Amino acid sequence: MTIRKNIAVSESGFVFDPDNGDSYTLNETGKLIIDMLAEGKTEKEIKNYFTEHYDVDEGTLENNFNDFIIMLKNFNLTENE
Amino acid sequence: MKEKLKYERPIITKINAGVTDKFGMRPKMPAIKEIDGVPVDTIIEKYGSPTFVISEKTIRDTLKEAKRAFTTRYPKVKFAWSYKTNYLNAVCKIFHDEGSWAEVVSGFEYDKALANGVPGNQIIFNGPDKSKEDLIKAAENGSYIHIDHFDELYDIISISETTTKRPKVAIRVNMDTGIYPQWDRFGFNYENGEAWNALNRIMMSDKLELTGLHTHIGTYMMTPEPYAVAASKLAELAVRLERKFNHKIKYIDMGGGFASKNTLKGAYLPGKDTFPGFDKYAEAVSNALINSELDPNEMPVLFLETGRALIDDAGYITGSVLANKRLANGRRSMIIDTGVNMLFTSFWYEHEIYPAKDVSSHAEDTTIYGPLCMNIDVIRSAVKFPLLQKGDKYVIKRTGAYNMTQWMQFITLRPKIILIDTQGNTHVIRENETNESLTSHEKVPEHLNKPKK
Amino acid sequence: MKPKYTIAVTGLNNTDNPGPGVPVIRSLREAKSFDVRIIGLVYENLEPGIYMKNVADKVYQIPYPSSGSDELMQRIAYINDKENLDVLIPNFDAELFTFMKGEKQLKASGINTFLPTIEQFEERHKSELPKFGKKYGFDIPFSKPVANLSDINSIRNEFDFPVLVKGKFYDAYLAYNTSQIIEYFNKISAKWGVPVIIQEFIKGTEVNVSALGDGKGNTIGAVPMRKQYITDKGKAWGGITIGDKNLQDITQKLISKTKWRGGMELEIIKTHENKYYIIEINPRIPAWIYLATGAGQNIPEALVNMAVGKHVEPFKNYDTGKMFIRYSYDIIGDISQFEKLSVTGELEL
Repeated sequence: MTIRKNIAVSESGFVFDPDNGDSYTLNETGKLIIDMLAEGKTEKEIKNYFTEHYDVDEGTLENNFNDFIIMLKNFNLTENE
Repeated sequence: MKEKLKYERPIITKINAGVTDKFGMRPKMPAIKEIDGVPVDTIIEKYGSPTFVISEKTIRDTLKEAKRAFTTRYPKVKFAWSYKTNYLNAVCKIFHDEGSWAEVVSGFEYDKALANGVPGNQIIFNGPDKSKEDLIKAAENGSYIHIDHFDELYDIISISETTTKRPKVAIRVNMDTGIYPQWDRFGFNYENGEAWNALNRIMMSDKLELTGLHTHIGTYMMTPEPYAVAASKLAELAVRLERKFNHKIKYIDMGGGFASKNTLKGAYLPGKDTFPGFDKYAEAVSNALINSELDPNEMPVLFLETGRALIDDAGYITGSVLANKRLANGRRSMIIDTGVNMLFTSFWYEHEIYPAKDVSSHAEDTTIYGPLCMNIDVIRSAVKFPLLQKGDKYVIKRTGAYNMTQWMQFITLRPKIILIDTQGNTHVIRENETNESLTSHEKVPEHLNKPKK
Repeated sequence: MKPKYTIAVTGLNNTDNPGPGVPVIRSLREAKSFDVRIIGLVYENLEPGIYMKNVADKVYQIPYPSSGSDELMQRIAYINDKENLDVLIPNFDAELFTFMKGEKQLKASGINTFLPTIEQFEERHKSELPKFGKKYGFDIPFSKPVANLSDINSIRNEFDFPVLVKGKFYDAYLAYNTSQIIEYFNKISAKWGVPVIIQEFIKGTEVNVSALGDGKGNTIGAVPMRKQYITDKGKAWGGITIGDKNLQDITQKLISKTKWRGGMELEIIKTHENKYYIIEINPRIPAWIYLATGAGQNIPEALVNMAVGKHVEPFKNYDTGKMFIRYSYDIIGDISQFEKLSVTGELEL
């Protein structure tokens, strides 16, 4: 799972897709996931990081994480693998 | 161990450039964590999810506010509690405790009012459906019978031959008050002379006592002016009665129909902003009566039967999120444990729904569904809603009017209704349904009861 | 020395269906009696006025009135903390109710407005206009509010086609048959709610008056204009000031009888028989207000002076034959501005 290379994510959580001109906003946890994906972290590493640092149980995180990835795919922000 | 960071569900939201986004810039949604000092968590833990909650304090405060608005402008004012709006005994008794009479529209409601300790001569009996037995009972108890149509008038004249007491009657009048649609299905029409005709019929019969005039011009009236028109027309009828028959009526009953602070579907501005307030209604009605030709020394009592505006704010539903789901187009949907069978008013209101804990300013365009396996079970079709998780609690505001009388048992069982008294104590005022309570009314024919082979 | 006022203005949507914000701001920047710092209040992140040079000094996003007055007032309070506003000029019909209701609250925090009263605002609603005409003695086309589709059949005999189908706040379409009425009803009610107003179509020349009342019955300014070119949305794309004395009289009579407070626009049809029908009373300054400024009556300037409590003398005259010609013009923005506004809700210019 990787984010498309030309997607620009700013510090404020603003996402710009130069291919189609669409833009998006992220909340704090959303931004963190995108940043970690961009650094090449695996899903497992990201989930571990979250359960270690955030007040969230595995089941909820799993559910939310999958939902977030579906949205990224839905917006065509990920590389086709 | 290091304290963990507060977690919020990750989201990504598309920015709609330029396109009119109905939501615009919106600050974060406030949380309703408690109702009259009782934490929502405690309510759900103790009484289950969902639970209907009624605030006794809000009922008393709202009624006092309405009374203040009218009594400071008109010398004689009386409220009659509209049973159909919410006839839970505990609720009715709060209104009666505050001095409200009972306004009923069926034999069932009439008996309920008697059982709640309301004396017969403090019951107003409205509506198109009163049986002969109902009429006899009401006449003997000295209740005020508001006649809806000529057939009923003839019924009353015929029973008055045999009742020990002279029936006390009024007529309901419908009229053009400049509003659209005009309610003409109840009562006698003013403009075409039907109302005057009915009044003459009553006055000609020495067996009936004409006590008042009644109208109820519509529902969810957002502007007070039509009430002024209606009050003037009733005052005009009263003056004509005095001139022709030298008969003074005792009261003018303006009915109800005041709006509440709920937002009607299709309205652009929220109801809490457009609700005119009791003062505006009171000003319209009082001015019209005081400026009429009614004898200032013997003004009739002004009766009000407003229901919705007095009880809507006092009702809440507390409940829990059952699930979050993505619809095929990526749109978020949230399923909660309150369905349209419980929240009947969601068919015409955009009910306000709030989280029961603090949330961030992030929110998603969301459809909120009820738990029923039915396509129509939609509580809000589009609302910018914060990121609640399964099990998180919510509060729906302004559910006091009509829901607890029009709700139906469907698919699931109806929950408990609790009352928070003015001291902050909670009381169950209606138990939740059980399989037993529900099936106790059913009967199975013998041949279906044979044991399986 | 001239005072300097910080003035918040809405309606920077200078599109082909323009809000009055930008022309109001241009008039304020040309005011002789004061200097200004302009705070643009916007609902959307692509309102052209945000990106135009020398319009706003700073822009803030605000929530739509439909999300509730508490939310809107909270946001204004936040902006006021940072900017110390002297005057607020709302320019949308749809937001006026909320600001009128919040007038006292705004005043208490030092923000002056100069708005009609709720009663004035309510009685000139499109659905109330026939009553208004009766009360004050003006000719009004026959019109009826419609709350649902089934009502349309019941009033069909009261009109001849074509009829105008109008929204509560905006939008108007000419319908030639019942199925068109239904189509426009659905379109308008989906956007602006009900009632939708069905209005008799009066043939003639449409003329508009931009005016300002002092709330005591005096007309401070009044400039009539005839549209010379109309877009397919029915908006003026060019217009000329005219000297018809009757229009002045109608305006003064209306302001004097209603004691109108604040800016307004009268939409009037002059028939071939020289009858004048009022078809709409807009409770705010219109988008073509810069023409009035150009013709010698800076109505926004006078409005601000009255808002801050100064005595203002009525304008005595204006130039006829002044024209406005709208044009479209592309300006270059950058995604970074859009980002700043979208993420933080504010943009310093």
